[in-house]
Amino acid sequence: MRELYEFAVGPLAWGAFAVFFLGSIARLVAMYSLAKKKDAPFLSYMSWRYGLRSIGHWLVPFGSLGWKENPALTVVTFIFHICLIVTPIFLLAHVVLLDLYHGIEYPTLPEAVTDVMTMLVVAACIFFAARRFFNRTVRYVTSTQDWIVLAVVFLPFATGLLAYHQVGPPLTMATLHILSAELMLVAIPFTRLSHMIFGLFTRAYMGSEFGGVRHAKDW
Amino acid sequence: MGIETRRIEDAGLARGIERLTPDRIAETFQALLAGETGARLKTYVETCVRCGMCAPACHYCISHDGDPSYSPVGKVRQTMWELLRQGGRVEPRFLADCAQIAYTECNLCRRCMHYCPLGIDTAYIMTVVRRLCSKLGMTPMYIQDTTHSHSAVLNQMWVKDDEWTDSLQWQEDEARAEFPDLRIPLETEGVDFMYSVIAPEPKFRTQLIYQAAAIFHNAGCSWTMPATPGWDNSNMAMFSGDFEIMGRVERYHFETAQRLRVKRIVMGECGHAFRAVYDVGNRWLGWKMHPVPVVHSIEFFWELLDQGKIRIAQKQPGPVTIHDPCNVIRGRGLMDKLREVVHALYDNVVEMTPNREHNLCCCAGGGVINCGPPFKNVRIVGNKAKADQLKATGVETVIAPCHNCHGGLEDIIHHFKLGMKIKFLGDVIYANMERPAEA
Ligand code: SF4
Ligand code: SF4
Repeated sequence: MRELYEFAVGPLAWGAFAVFFLGSIARLVAMYSLAKKKDAPFLSYMSWRYGLRSIGHWLVPFGSLGWKENPALTVVTFIFHICLIVTPIFLLAHVVLLDLYHGIEYPTLPEAVTDVMTMLVVAACIFFAARRFFNRTVRYVTSTQDWIVLAVVFLPFATGLLAYHQVGPPLTMATLHILSAELMLVAIPFTRLSHMIFGLFTRAYMGSEFGGVRHAKDW
Repeated sequence: MGIETRRIEDAGLARGIERLTPDRIAETFQALLAGETGARLKTYVETCVRCGMCAPACHYCISHDGDPSYSPVGKVRQTMWELLRQGGRVEPRFLADCAQIAYTECNLCRRCMHYCPLGIDTAYIMTVVRRLCSKLGMTPMYIQDTTHSHSAVLNQMWVKDDEWTDSLQWQEDEARAEFPDLRIPLETEGVDFMYSVIAPEPKFRTQLIYQAAAIFHNAGCSWTMPATPGWDNSNMAMFSGDFEIMGRVERYHFETAQRLRVKRIVMGECGHAFRAVYDVGNRWLGWKMHPVPVVHSIEFFWELLDQGKIRIAQKQPGPVTIHDPCNVIRGRGLMDKLREVVHALYDNVVEMTPNREHNLCCCAGGGVINCGPPFKNVRIVGNKAKADQLKATGVETVIAPCHNCHGGLEDIIHHFKLGMKIKFLGDVIYANMERPAEA
């Protein structure tokens, strides 16, 4: 187990981050060149001003019609995404690890706070799962990939929580936590999690069309 | 639930099924992907997180108690995702279902874009499905007929060249009883604007041409109409998916204006025609914007009132409500000007909710009404949401500056027994403007 742990925090972590960063860049580059080749007439409508304006409105909870008319989902979505991104970056244990291995140091969030944030991510995943199951529309359009993707996000946070609260054998939990986190990183560029990479662009394009061509809002 | 439970007999689709094989569909689909679609389709399909947030956006879905197969993402699931999954190797029956969904259960109204956090353009995806259906001859019969008409006579309604000019002269004659020196100028070069209408105007609603001429005459406008094909600004080929013909029609329209050396094109009260000229056809032809400035009559009427060229003799008491046509509101941002014009005409205006960019579609647009009688019920039942909205205003008059909207709203008003009248802006301006005798 010790060796697996060492391998997971060492070479495998490097590998996972490499796949995540390079994969994301490669996908962006490929998509951009495809857009340039096939969608050039539409790319030419892209506008920083209107793209950012649209993103801005959608980054505000209840700042758009879509958010307003799906209130519960809106609250959960915002909490989920904020915690999902902020928690791992400012978690004490992660920063300690970074310091240990690479000498990188920066402020952290209090452990009690990150603990709650982790629980919120886990709870949000359960909410999404319930929604996938009970909401008619969502069930109608859900495929296996959506369940896998949800599990891939759920696992690192659930195992992290267990590890932190010392449930189960600590080393096994920590190893599972790291492995599942790496799985998530690797999955981002190649599954529906890629909305993390492409979402801003689709939003910016819609914003540009609505703002620049249609002189209307899209929120 | 799902399209299989609500198939409708249509002669065009029935013929389509007979002619196709899975191989031919696959071949055409692959060619379409290779030749015409790119990153837009790919990112939309991949990025959609299947969250279902778009369901409450669509009037079809609202009107059917949230039936997921009418939700925007549900329609994509039943069409494009499946086509992509199978590489287009689908049964002709499946493609006919795709056609029914894309042509008759989506108005391409773009309302769902206000609900999708990722900015996914479901209307675009439906357009790609239509394009595939069109390439394979799987189009509902009536809308295909309008495309044939565009192709043969360059207008949507099989209006012959001499019928066009005859109609104009007839309206000029009629109007001269009221305004003795009124002209409907034909082929006058170098004037301020070319007025263009949709083919149903000379065909069924000729009085609208009379009214427009009366308003322009009163305002002292310098204008003309063309005597040649290119006068029709409507473009059903845009909605049937026959982009080659769409481009031809648009080119004629713009070239006619250029030949007449007018400063701009003023378009009648039609939303879809405006979309064709302003947003779709021009791009297909390679113009980033339009080669001759185009203005929709909402904006033009607003100018006439604003500049005092037209004065309103008697403002009407109302109450009235305003229907926002998708293609000039979400498509061109004319909501404020529309309101200013209506408020100049009426004292009491009751707003619908939601309105402006968030309006609900009339359910006739996007070529749905052009799919003809077999699908009439689909768009009436599919727009109970709008009927409820109209009813809630408690008024008896709706102002709707769009031909398609008139068609769609008339049907729901009749079916749901709302007892309302629908008016164009031109109707009200014509009836209430100061006449020369009074001025
Ligand atoms: S009808 Fe309008 S809201 Fe419904 S799917 Fe089509 S574009 Fe979206
Ligand atoms: S709202 Fe957007 S992301 Fe969500 S299901 Fe609809 S199209 Fe997909």
